[in-house]
Amino acid sequence: MQCPKCRGSMRTYDRNGIHIEQCDNCRGIFLDYGELETLTRLESQWAQQQYAPPPAHGAPAWGAPHHGHHGHHRERSWVGMLFSS
Amino acid sequence: MIEPSAGPADTAAPDAPLLVAAAPGGPDADLIAELVRLAPREGPVAVLKGAPPRISEAGVVVVRVGDVVVKAHPEGTPEADLRARLGLAGRLPGLMLAPLGVERLGARLVTIWPAGEPLTPADLEDGDDRVPWAEGARLLARLHTRPLPPGLPAAGGPARLARAVAALDGHRDVPPAIRAAYRTLPWSRAGHRPVRPGPAAGGEPPVALVHGDWHLGQLVRIGGTWILIDPDDLGQGDPAWDLARPAAWFAAGLLATSAWDRFLGAYLAAGGGAVSRDEPWRELDLPARALTVQLAATAVATARRARRPLDETARALVSSCARILATARV
Repeated sequence: MQCPKCRGSMRTYDRNGIHIEQCDNCRGIFLDYGELETLTRLESQWAQQQYAPPPAHGAPAWGAPHHGHHGHHRERSWVGMLFSS
Repeated sequence: MIEPSAGPADTAAPDAPLLVAAAPGGPDADLIAELVRLAPREGPVAVLKGAPPRISEAGVVVVRVGDVVVKAHPEGTPEADLRARLGLAGRLPGLMLAPLGVERLGARLVTIWPAGEPLTPADLEDGDDRVPWAEGARLLARLHTRPLPPGLPAAGGPARLARAVAALDGHRDVPPAIRAAYRTLPWSRAGHRPVRPGPAAGGEPPVALVHGDWHLGQLVRIGGTWILIDPDDLGQGDPAWDLARPAAWFAAGLLATSAWDRFLGAYLAAGGGAVSRDEPWRELDLPARALTVQLAATAVATARRARRPLDETARALVSSCARILATARV
């Protein structure tokens, strides 16, 4: 396949199930239909896992890992615990 | 201690009077009727805590009558300690709600309070911004910097830990990590005085005026301003215990990092002295371990009494106990 921009030859790569073509000459990348959306989705999933802000005041050695989610725990028993001895 | 299910859903609004569903003439109905009679004014009645069938001989019962709240304390509450605590609460304006009166009803002491506006489940559902973490932290910071009056009993935190673990007795299928984690704590050994780990090792924890049982249910709005309620565990102790329950929630992964940061950040910004600014977990670690064991024990005992399996919240706390045990063994 020829690069639509510079007419260089394109090489095919498979990355995480996504099929991409890259031009050996200008390094331009060609994505098939829907692949940009797939990449964007994977990128945001990765960012959610990686970019949870660290606690400003540290955490104990025995603390559970936090994933940066906010308010996922809306179980009745958890809400009750916030209010009881 | 109340059932965790007796949460905000039970704080019925005064304009929606709750019918007391006890057998007419039964002891529960009698107690609630007598509490209502102790209110200085008439008004719509709502049972806020200890409503049948959860009522027990020893448990706390709280009834709202119009614009006052009447609270029956557990039988056997030491009267001198309670009166010292109530007296102090009356001398902390803007910080702790002052009682309107103390009465005796048979074996129980009864206190009468102005009714405040509690936090509601809607405040939580609307997102973390509606939860007054910072306001609560600032009130605790102010409490901790008040001079400690003489003759005040010890704060009730450590006694609550011991009661929560003792309440596991007789229940089957208690995850062994809870009692094992408890045994790693200095409070499990009679007469042992906890000593600070870390750089300040060997030092006694600071002694300050401590609420002793702080959680979101201990905040009410009076005239739009948040104030602390319930001096039942007020006393002298390690002020880090007042931060230890949210710390335990955070360490169990239940409380969002953002909410915890807001709470601790506001506490430090208000000049709270329970923890060091640069390394707060140095002082928080041991009390937060204690509260984790207490919360796990209470959650498991509640589930076993109700013959329910452990839910996600209880399992998170039991996991925390297992990690406490693992780090204690290192």
